[in-house]
Amino acid sequence: MNFSVTDIGAVLPEIIVAAYACAILLIEPFIPKDRRNILAFFGLAALGLAFYATVNLMWTDLSVMNGMFILDPFGNFFKLILYVAAAMTILLSIGYLKREGIDLGEYYAFILFAACGMMVMVSASDLITVFLGLELASIPFYILAGFKRFEAKSLEASAKYFILGSFSSGILLFGISLLYGLSGTTNLEALAQHLRGEEIGNPAWILAMILLIVGFGFKVAVVPFHMWAPDVYEGAPTPVTAFLSVGSKAASFAVFLRVFVEALGGIQSDWRLLLILLAVVTIVLGNVVALVQTNIKRMLAYSSIAHAGYAVIGLIVGDRLGIVSLMVYMGVYAFMTLGAFGVVMLLRRGGVEGDEIADFAGLARKNRLAAFAMLIFMFSLTGIPPTAGFIAKFYIFMAAVNAGLTWLVVLAVIFTAVSAYFYLKVVMVMYMKEPDENVQMVAPSAAVMVLAVAAAAVLLIGIYPGPFLDLAQNAVLQFR
Amino acid sequence: MTLILFSYFAAVIVATAIGVIASRKPVNSALALLVMFFHVAGLFVLLDAEFIAAVQIIVYAGAILVLYLFVVMLLNVRAEEGYHRQFVVGLVVGLAILIEAVLILSRSGFADRFPPTVSLAPSAAAIQGNTEAIGRALYTTYLFPFEVASLILLVAMIGAIILAKKGIFGKEERRK
Repeated sequence: MNFSVTDIGAVLPEIIVAAYACAILLIEPFIPKDRRNILAFFGLAALGLAFYATVNLMWTDLSVMNGMFILDPFGNFFKLILYVAAAMTILLSIGYLKREGIDLGEYYAFILFAACGMMVMVSASDLITVFLGLELASIPFYILAGFKRFEAKSLEASAKYFILGSFSSGILLFGISLLYGLSGTTNLEALAQHLRGEEIGNPAWILAMILLIVGFGFKVAVVPFHMWAPDVYEGAPTPVTAFLSVGSKAASFAVFLRVFVEALGGIQSDWRLLLILLAVVTIVLGNVVALVQTNIKRMLAYSSIAHAGYAVIGLIVGDRLGIVSLMVYMGVYAFMTLGAFGVVMLLRRGGVEGDEIADFAGLARKNRLAAFAMLIFMFSLTGIPPTAGFIAKFYIFMAAVNAGLTWLVVLAVIFTAVSAYFYLKVVMVMYMKEPDENVQMVAPSAAVMVLAVAAAAVLLIGIYPGPFLDLAQNAVLQFR
Repeated sequence: MTLILFSYFAAVIVATAIGVIASRKPVNSALALLVMFFHVAGLFVLLDAEFIAAVQIIVYAGAILVLYLFVVMLLNVRAEEGYHRQFVVGLVVGLAILIEAVLILSRSGFADRFPPTVSLAPSAAAIQGNTEAIGRALYTTYLFPFEVASLILLVAMIGAIILAKKGIFGKEERRK
């Protein structure tokens, strides 16, 4: 019951991020309106410090705060992804906020609060912490999605996400309360022990499991809980969309995995079947509906739904290789999706964002480097070697084949081929269409840097994946 | 005695909860919700959780619901013309899920623990006093979730201001 320095030390990264977020809120009034960019660098400093702290704590395995919080390499791996994603989002936002006239300091504070919530999520070892982390990660997004509040689309995104999000949180909470009623504990490890001692076949466990799948399925946007994603992705400011699509998904998958593989491992045969079904419909529907999209943000939304489907395969496999492949997938997905959204942000059509696929026409002639970066991201999202997307898909499929799910892999590969159509269509439009004079390209240096880093990372992991894979593998070794 | 009281509270909670969503006038819904909150507080008393019962009434009935009523009356929300056109589908699906859930829960062993027996054993909370026990738990075992919850409230407060306050975006806002 007593607290020691270890308890504080273990949550130091979270404390740093939350403290900086509060500091940004406090100093914002003292900064002149045209120099709000300074706050972005505050955010970057927070993420840098937290990154440093997490790297130092990387290989510790420690349960603190009376079993509420677990510091382990698995969570730390996801935290590193989150820092990179949040930092890239902030860098991409700097110019974007000014262009869109939403240059408020609170924006950066909310990004940090959301990141803090996700960090709590990936390190949660108790259902209470899981839920609170999820809420702390979601509420900033409800607001960030509606940040362009003078635009109907943005407000619609915010309202839709808020109503559906709170509904799904309620369902998740109902599942958690059933688990508590059944076992008398919310601790993940204690739940697993209880499940081992329980006689098999109590149907209430299945009901609780289904409710949890609905709750988490909403957050990672798998079909049929994906309906919010396209509208929210389209309406929200683009950097927010990027962070939502990358950070929120990675953190939700981490907690999904921890709860299901660790706590509910005892009824794996039951949830496995349900998740296979979800993976199949998600891969099919995500890829097929993406074919007909004309708005690039909606297209990327359906693409992100399809990618959630592939990632669920790693969860279904659930053994060490499956978990590693899911972690690698989330890391790679972060770079390629952030990069793709980063390019979208740079296009302007007559004072507004150019977010139609047609706006990409002739981009190769206007800005060769941006077009090339987009080409790399699109290839990677399809999964064409030598990009990182290939490595990620390869590991997922290998894990599934090892687990005897060959038919699922065959289906996933077929729909990967389908996805090539809409990803490569963007490339075709960029390189083979005549440029549209109404579409301009802005290129703030921070955004260019992010694109360069993302493209380099995608290529590097694609060509020389060794260190990245080793990191993921070592992080899983201690997974309980 | 516990069983009778429990049945009464449970029945009223279910009935008023249905009233909240079935009523076409927002004020009626809010009042049904108020009655529901009071009966939920009754359930807490039944479980020897007086502190939670008091909080339930003070916070939910006293603060949140009054705020609801203010908003409803200030905005002059009209009564709904009719139900949503997917009402029938929703009703059928909802009932199906309800029946499934009831069937599952009736076989789950929850029924053996009915009526709630938690209150019969003099727990630490009963000896120490509720408020103290909750305070102790909140600041020791549940300190971390408690702090996270405080961050959530902070974010929600600032978020509400950002979404609602006039003129924070300056000139740009007049673009509409």
